[in-house]
Amino acid sequence: MTGMSATGTPGNRFSSPAGTKEGLARVGYLADDGTAAVVYLADRLGKPVLVEGPAGTGKTQLAKSVAEMTGARLVRLQCYEGLDESKALYEWNYKKQLLRIQAEQVAKQTESWEELESDIFSEDFLMPRPLLEAIRAQDPVVLLIDEVDRVEVETEALLLEVLSEYQVSVPELGTVTARQVPMVFLTSNNTRELSEALKRRCLFLHMDYPSAEREREIVLTRVPEIQQDLADQVVRTVALVRDMELKKPPSVSETLDWARTLVVLGVSKLDPEIARQTLNVLLKHRSDLERASKELSATAG
Amino acid sequence: MSAPSPETTLGDGLLSALAGFVGELRTAGVPVSTTELLDAVEAVRQLPITERATLKAGLAGCLVKNEGHWRTFEALFDLYFSIGIGMALASQEDLEGFPAHLDDSASSDQLSAAELSEMAYRALMEGNRELMAALAKAAVSRYAGMEPMRPVGASYYVFKTLRQLQADALLSQLLARAGEQPALQGLLDADLYRRRMEQLRRELEADVTRRLVAERGPMAVAKATRRALPEDMDFMHLGREELAALKRAVQPLARKLAVHLARKRRGHKDGRLDFRATMRRSLSSGGAPVDPRFKSPRRSKPELWVLADISGSVAAFARFTLQLVYALSSQFSRTRAWAFIDGIDEVTDLLKGAGDIASAVSSINTQADVIWAEGHSDYGHALADFANRWGAEVTSRTTVLVLGDARSNYHPAEPWALADISARARKLWWLNPEPSAYWDTGDSVLAQYGVHCTGVYECRNLRQLKTFIEQLD
Repeated sequence: MTGMSATGTPGNRFSSPAGTKEGLARVGYLADDGTAAVVYLADRLGKPVLVEGPAGTGKTQLAKSVAEMTGARLVRLQCYEGLDESKALYEWNYKKQLLRIQAEQVAKQTESWEELESDIFSEDFLMPRPLLEAIRAQDPVVLLIDEVDRVEVETEALLLEVLSEYQVSVPELGTVTARQVPMVFLTSNNTRELSEALKRRCLFLHMDYPSAEREREIVLTRVPEIQQDLADQVVRTVALVRDMELKKPPSVSETLDWARTLVVLGVSKLDPEIARQTLNVLLKHRSDLERASKELSATAG
Repeated sequence: MSAPSPETTLGDGLLSALAGFVGELRTAGVPVSTTELLDAVEAVRQLPITERATLKAGLAGCLVKNEGHWRTFEALFDLYFSIGIGMALASQEDLEGFPAHLDDSASSDQLSAAELSEMAYRALMEGNRELMAALAKAAVSRYAGMEPMRPVGASYYVFKTLRQLQADALLSQLLARAGEQPALQGLLDADLYRRRMEQLRRELEADVTRRLVAERGPMAVAKATRRALPEDMDFMHLGREELAALKRAVQPLARKLAVHLARKRRGHKDGRLDFRATMRRSLSSGGAPVDPRFKSPRRSKPELWVLADISGSVAAFARFTLQLVYALSSQFSRTRAWAFIDGIDEVTDLLKGAGDIASAVSSINTQADVIWAEGHSDYGHALADFANRWGAEVTSRTTVLVLGDARSNYHPAEPWALADISARARKLWWLNPEPSAYWDTGDSVLAQYGVHCTGVYECRNLRQLKTFIEQLD
């Protein structure tokens, strides 16, 4: 497995940016032109995509949908503070190594130390973690490195080799190179600035809340029972609420929850009273709720 | 990286447009490395160049790795690629549409002012994109009065056109119409009209920019309209739009600052030996303490105290200061805030009680007792007063942040007050909105205070604020 070069040149998963958009729409992800363009380009250039934006705008879902669309397996690395090599790259299964050595003693075989050493540091005793798993995969995979802004700056360096060379160096084994360049998505909520080195290796995609038209499409797709007029009112009200100064503006999934709630309640037209009663589906902070219901019951002008 | 696709070969025109574009991006302060430039070249080769939105997003993905730089990118992209590409590729749309509307005065001047305003009303009512674009073209031809070689940016002409179109009157007319609707619907419609007005403004800007570029070339226009990146804009000289941008930028920074302070609370395993637990564990090993236990260190809950100068000399900075303080107090519950001019008053409750920053500022201006004698900065009196009234509450968990220019109008500086606070506090930082070259000139007494601070930082823009926050660890 050492030194095997990446076959399957990047750049044949999607036919065109428009085709990418259609393909994503088929698996239920309504991307805008910009998103489709960057995903298409990432494939053509063989580069990872760094997706940044507020929570609940569909960053993680994008990776899942691309996997579904291309029929690839999703390998996910969830980042957290304190993530290290043994959780991200690989770990030696040292219990198994120990057993192997003990079995040796029991069987009274006379294997030389060198043989034993090369035996217990072989692939059989390696436990691949997400990054190595994605690199070694025989089948097509999409690698998702979720919430990369949560790891410390030092840990980011772990990712660099994987992201630029699509390889992992295991000192005892040599370098493991990907057989096919996987599609890689990194997501970030921008709680801290990522290092320049990481950003340089990625294509950057900022994902904001969708435009009213696109969100309306999303609502109509995901909540098919809803009436057009109500969907329209819902997304416009949400857009209005997002413009207020809130602690946590509503995400797309909260819009969907709200739309579903209204459908279940049999509402056909939104008025301030109903909006105020159901607003707690959309907003989770008490101060946000108070503020939004106050502003929504105000009159225009 | 991958084989060039056979159908597109890069024309010289496109490549030079890209080179000029990246050059201008770099001049504007957006960092573009060579790798990223090469990616962009590859991107232009791979993407269908006739679809502008796709090309724009693709190039942004390669070149812009910071959301705050997006607007700069967008403006420059419009300069270099609206025409640049058209000429390089002789794309139909640009060649047909473009020279035509340079001297199209004949056709669109025929629209009378009344017709134009009728068109504007309909465009805003219906939100029809094509109509809006057509309106923009006609309105610019008629109203902007663009003079060749006059070195002004697009915004001047846009402003002129909007005024002649009587856009404000139109909008209030529409808003009044929305006001007649039942409550929520009216609100939604009003929001819609405002957004459409914004869209019209953008259409106008795009049209004016196109004309400017055709006349002078993208480089000259870029030079005339060059603006600092959001993080480099001086707090002291912010326009209305920039203030709004600042408001958005301050929120995540306040969160970062709060995260930095909160992170300190997570315990490290360097506590002292827990004798009792160790003895208890040692029972299983016959009294030998083989497994020492440690106390986890007591977690202190850090507090952040902010002292903000809100006097006239730093008025613009004070707006930012209050924004930061407001954002901080919403992110970090243990924030207390004081405002001072020559007197000092605690404004924590005013900030917490206010629903948004505007009402917070107005309640501070009306209710806080910050004027002691004459209403000109007197750091000495304000700090001494602070030390006397609240000094005793400063503990080793308190981080104190002073925001001000230390220009004390030649009043006594009373540095002992700050020394007293500093001795009690965990850290005391001073952020100064003045360029460091001006420190300690005239009535600035920063040096007398500086010696008692953990650190004094120049803080004139977001970049410097970011640097300050990042060094806190």
